Amino acid sequence: MKIAIASGKGGTGKTTVAVNLARLLARHAAVQYVDCDVEEPNGHLFLHPKITQTVSVTIPVPEVDADRCTHCSACSQLCQYHAIAALPTFTMVFAELCHGCGGCMRVCPEKAISEVGRPIGVVERGMAGAVSFVHGRLNVGEAMSPPLIRTVQTYADPHATVILDAPPGTSCPVIAAIRPCDMVMLVTEPTAFGLHDLTLAVEMVRALSRPMGVVINQADMGDDRVERYCVQQGIPIWGRIPHDRRIAEAYSRGEMAVDVLPDTTAYFAEIIDALGNGVPA
Amino acid sequence: MKEIVIISGKGGTGKTSVTAAFATLTENMVLVDCDVDAADLHLILTPTVLQTHEFYGGKSARIAQDICQRCGLCFNLCRFGAVSSEHGQSSNGHTTQWTIDPVACEGCGVCVHFCPHDAIIFEEALNGYWYSSATRVGPMVHARLGVAEENSGKLVTLIRREARAIAEAQGCDLILVDGPPGIGCPVIASLSGADHVVIVTEPTVAGVHDMERVVALAAHFKVPVSVIINKADLNRCKAVEIVTFALAHGVGVLGEVPYDPVMTHAQLAGQSVIEFGESTVSDALRTIWNRLQQKITKEQVV
Repeated sequence: MKIAIASGKGGTGKTTVAVNLARLLARHAAVQYVDCDVEEPNGHLFLHPKITQTVSVTIPVPEVDADRCTHCSACSQLCQYHAIAALPTFTMVFAELCHGCGGCMRVCPEKAISEVGRPIGVVERGMAGAVSFVHGRLNVGEAMSPPLIRTVQTYADPHATVILDAPPGTSCPVIAAIRPCDMVMLVTEPTAFGLHDLTLAVEMVRALSRPMGVVINQADMGDDRVERYCVQQGIPIWGRIPHDRRIAEAYSRGEMAVDVLPDTTAYFAEIIDALGNGVPA
Repeated sequence: MKEIVIISGKGGTGKTSVTAAFATLTENMVLVDCDVDAADLHLILTPTVLQTHEFYGGKSARIAQDICQRCGLCFNLCRFGAVSSEHGQSSNGHTTQWTIDPVACEGCGVCVHFCPHDAIIFEEALNGYWYSSATRVGPMVHARLGVAEENSGKLVTLIRREARAIAEAQGCDLILVDGPPGIGCPVIASLSGADHVVIVTEPTVAGVHDMERVVALAAHFKVPVSVIINKADLNRCKAVEIVTFALAHGVGVLGEVPYDPVMTHAQLAGQSVIEFGESTVSDALRTIWNRLQQKITKEQVV
């Protein structure tokens, strides 16, 4: 079972929920935490995994053999990303624009194009206590996270309960993270921004036809519009975590609520119960 | 004219609330919301949309089933896993039907080009909308990327260019940009070529970690950076860590904002924290805004 923890709005508590759930579930079952927020991965700051494997991730980009190239421009005509430009006397590659589709290599009549791997980030894995840990880390300055997210996904353990921490938003990085998951947990907060971005996230999950539920963080901070929206839309509320300055302070230090504030464990246990009840096995 | 971009790396640190506060503290400015896949600034500034434009950011492939000969070459060529097969008897007797998932398709056109039967249609995809609007504090350009769409970077570039055109036409001397979280494509599109980046961070391990990555990103694109520490009293040690990091990396510290529910209350009331009334938060943001203006003016002289 793979559960994606997502939210439209950033900073609603995705990582807080994900790491606490992973830690709590690991008391009784095989659990893997997979951080797909590769632009800003934060799970490791709480789980403190012992990294035992680091793998460089590359995407294939073209390399032009200048001796063979006849500057026919077939490659640049095919490329939709303006990543290769055939000038009258030489052909230039803009590797950071390349999506790695392989079209230029295939279309080149002179077989002058080969592919080389361009590093875009790393995947790191290890153990964090009883939790198996994997995350991706995008190189700074790199625009395209989806290829790295897709690579991180390949490390998901089919025999474990996978808690997958997704990036914020509703566009391609989130889609890449959520698409292979069995269900989606949307973490939100009862504010104007939280509600607005939740409605977008719900639309996104519906476009992917995945079962979903909502967890309301800082549940007593705002108003009841999020609750009413969920009822109206028939979306189950899997849990509510009240505003508690102690949780925020523990978070600020990189500590997990279930480790340092035993009385808060019930909030996360409630989410696990809801998952168990509401979801087809 | 100066363009200031407000980003954070980590989401939820208060970027949009800070942007809204600055917007209500200044005049003669154009606002841009570059968080195109989860835009929120309009919830505070309630813009009146003057013009709506369609955004076509790229193309999308679709198989014409009546032409397709079911050879499966597209499936073998697609590197994005967008082509899949459905089994079952179709009208022309074939048993396997290939289809392209529009969500997974990156619009590379490889399947279109190499299809031996020209059975794949390549059309401009409507990725979203962008708006030219009026607000109580000035013109605003904002957008709505379609859910599950791509090309957010292109859309960001487009609305920044549009905001610049408006600013020039109306003689505005400032463009204020509310940026997206993260460090990827739309963030790069938001800050490249800007005059100044303001990072709103928070004194938490994640806030510090993510700030360090956006500082590196801004340095990569050679844009000067300042930082605002929101919720500063949540963890004094981490706040000090941020200041220490900033000093060591040539990042200006504009000031601290206390951790106070007034931010949330203002948001729920649909107001900027400045409009909501006097508070320690509004005082702090006024001071920060004055410092930022002085800083920008100085940069102009140099």
